[in-house]
Amino acid sequence: MNPILELTDRGFFCPPGDFYVDPWKPVDRAIITHAHADHARPGHRHYLTTTEGLGVLKHRMPANSQISAVPYGEQVNYNGVTISLHPAGHVLGSAQVRIEHRGQIAVITGDYKTEPDRTCTTFEPIPCHLLVSESTFALPIYHWQPQSEIFDQINHWWKTNQSNGLASILMAYSLGKAQRLLAGIDPTIGSIYCHGAVEPLNAVYRDYGIALPPTQYVSETARDAKSKKTDPQWSQSLVIAPPAALGSTWMRRFSPFSTAFASGWMTIRGARRRQSLDKGFVLSDHADWNGLVASIKATGAEQVWLTHGYSATLARYLCGIGIEAKSVDTHFTGESGSSDPELTSSAPEPQESAGDS
Amino acid sequence: MKKFAELYAALDESTKTTVKVAALVDYFRNATASDSAWAISFLIGRKPRQVVPSKLLREWAAELAEIPLWLFEESYHAVGDLAETIALLLPSPNIDDLIQKSLTDWVENQLQIMAKMPEQDKKQALIQSWQSMTIPERFIWNKLITGAFRVGVSQSLVTRALSELTGIEAAVLAHRMMGDWQPSPEFYFKLTQAESHETDPKQLYPFYLAHPLEQPLEELGEPGEWSAEWKWDGIRSQLIRRNGQTHIWSRGEELVTERYPELHPLAELLPDGTVIDGELLPWDFNSNLPLPFTALQKRIGRKTVTKKLLAEIPVVIVAYDLLEHESVDIRPLPFHERRSKLESMIRNMAESNHMKVSPVVNFNLWDELVEARSNSRQQMVEGLMLKRQDSPYRVGRKRGDWWKWKVQPLSMDCIMTMAQRGSGRRASLYSDYTFAVWDKPGGSLVTVAKAYSGLTDAEIGKIDAFVKKNTTDKFGPVRAVKPEIVMELAFEAIQLSPRHKSGIAVRFPRIVRIRDDKKPEDADTLDNLKQLLASFTQDSSLNESPESE
Repeated sequence: MNPILELTDRGFFCPPGDFYVDPWKPVDRAIITHAHADHARPGHRHYLTTTEGLGVLKHRMPANSQISAVPYGEQVNYNGVTISLHPAGHVLGSAQVRIEHRGQIAVITGDYKTEPDRTCTTFEPIPCHLLVSESTFALPIYHWQPQSEIFDQINHWWKTNQSNGLASILMAYSLGKAQRLLAGIDPTIGSIYCHGAVEPLNAVYRDYGIALPPTQYVSETARDAKSKKTDPQWSQSLVIAPPAALGSTWMRRFSPFSTAFASGWMTIRGARRRQSLDKGFVLSDHADWNGLVASIKATGAEQVWLTHGYSATLARYLCGIGIEAKSVDTHFTGESGSSDPELTSSAPEPQESAGDS
Repeated sequence: MKKFAELYAALDESTKTTVKVAALVDYFRNATASDSAWAISFLIGRKPRQVVPSKLLREWAAELAEIPLWLFEESYHAVGDLAETIALLLPSPNIDDLIQKSLTDWVENQLQIMAKMPEQDKKQALIQSWQSMTIPERFIWNKLITGAFRVGVSQSLVTRALSELTGIEAAVLAHRMMGDWQPSPEFYFKLTQAESHETDPKQLYPFYLAHPLEQPLEELGEPGEWSAEWKWDGIRSQLIRRNGQTHIWSRGEELVTERYPELHPLAELLPDGTVIDGELLPWDFNSNLPLPFTALQKRIGRKTVTKKLLAEIPVVIVAYDLLEHESVDIRPLPFHERRSKLESMIRNMAESNHMKVSPVVNFNLWDELVEARSNSRQQMVEGLMLKRQDSPYRVGRKRGDWWKWKVQPLSMDCIMTMAQRGSGRRASLYSDYTFAVWDKPGGSLVTVAKAYSGLTDAEIGKIDAFVKKNTTDKFGPVRAVKPEIVMELAFEAIQLSPRHKSGIAVRFPRIVRIRDDKKPEDADTLDNLKQLLASFTQDSSLNESPESE
């Protein structure tokens, strides 16, 4: 039993501070690591997030939610417990929660990636005694290639599709991945359209001051598309849509098209072939194997709890190299990501899907 | 190698035939004759011999990746493909170490030489090769090393591409590609040369393969246009007699002449310039019926056969088609003409126990055929074959002229008790299951089968989620689950087996459907299966499943 952090059936709880981090049942006081649906849930009385993440969280939570924000690194005190939020590099405003009480420090990473990303502040490891880390991609087969290479691949795919008269439909999680893609691709290649789940988040990012290339909301152009059966513009364009749109009626208007998915899961050929995607781009907002191991070591934590993903595997590995670690059960998107359940659904107007992967 | 890796990726990525063919044409247009020959060889599924045993590959890859072996295995279970796992696990190559070598170079000057090296040298050579390759190249290279090179490309796609490139008819190319040729520039030149060349006396013809019958019989037209015979459960084979020599090929294009010495004397009775298409079957001369296929399995792997085995499990050829007669390729002739030539040839031959003509199943009305098919299990056959009387002998699997019409499989309702991750498309999903039935009503569960095929991707997703939430125990990659899900399994045969704990073995089990409507206690019992076994071995109207409703 750790004195400052315990896992309850509502989520991670700090008894002396009387607050929760990313709880999955309604509580009084919730500190939110980031706005993905498996971490930020509606119904809490009070939310705390980062200044960078305020816009995104407001967008995701019911209108009357009480949300406060603090800049990265600034200390807040709840019942004598010192709390500060630190960059996690996952999506805009994503944070690690640092909790300090009577000399004991616990850090909850939420989801994080170690690569730089122009659309959010870069992750930094925080020294602590107890580290609660994600482990989505905790297998040594996951090695991210430099993102510049991935963006080159995407640009190349887009241009090839243009010359073959195919629209380029790129599936990406609507919060975070979509904006990172927009910031990374070459916007001079052609026009960019976004699905209804993506476009409002682009606006939130732009409002915060993240420069993104011009995008158009697809439903606005839908009526034009109906009047002319085929719109020659689609074949020159890039369309960014959430994975749930794959196979939907919404997608038909772009036909003929090539489909791709930008996700860490695309590392494995089988995962791509299962979805009958034309292309898979290996781009993730989570840390890869080396990123996880290096970050965990860098915190100097004496004890590591691993939440979702290949948590048991990473725990066993860490124990093998002398770091006390265990896997803990949370409601964060765990193994389900590995079979991409979102991808198999074919809702016509897709709902937002939880956490990247 | 880079180009070949790109070709593989293009073939792997697309589901569209036209795109695949275009990628192949593009490859062959630009590749050297030697690379093309090797590429054809691998693409049509000729496997290189495994150069490094999988166990060593795993150890060496884990060592280079600096991870413990158990972590390698965990990774393998997520990826579901050894070659791919290794390619992904190894440290990224250093750009300065990358070397460009042709496919031929890698195969002839590395793979084939490595095969002869002592273990330590092999390891050195392998590690060096890995370090000089990009990840996609490593993947292909590992496939070649493990001898497990399989692509989602059928031979017909390769011949189509070559035909597009050279203007030579695809059927001619398919014929030239049969047999055990050596990949070489000479082979590729001969293959793509417009004029036909001297054929190898061993050369076999491409097999014509039937499609399963899906439509009602009536839609085939007039019964008189069709010929029916049993669908034998053996090894499809070609028996060739040319230049005073005998060659027996299996459907896998393997030369198996030496394995079946009892067939040699009869082949010598055949006139020179004869090629027979038929089924190689284990035979029971007392009942004058085939033995079960499992008997043949004892012969398949053996290059030399003991007298005892020859006496226990003799084989025969049941001939059903004549492809070459008096050294003339008669495949274009109508089936009924080929068939009558076959019959008269065998009639005129000195008697041989080991050669039989597949009897025609006579019928005037389709209903009579339905009746005949219901006797399949007594005849020890899988069902019926339907062949259009005036059809030529075609190449590969073509719809329309030949149909296979198998008997309804047997079935049972089982409970899923364990699950394991699959491979390929099913990598990292729990898609391979172990099934059990009750030893007695209200008793305990006994394992009866393993099966993995038959479910849709959506269903596998559902079961995968169930497995993850309901794991009761883990044994390495295998998870024991709560015995809650009932599935209907179909299978072709059932027999006693002392090797199985249940005492029963089923053949070709596969999943028919998930029985959401059934509770675990509604699953079959061992007694149900024993009854099924009794009626199956005795005889009779076995087209009913034991508990079907």
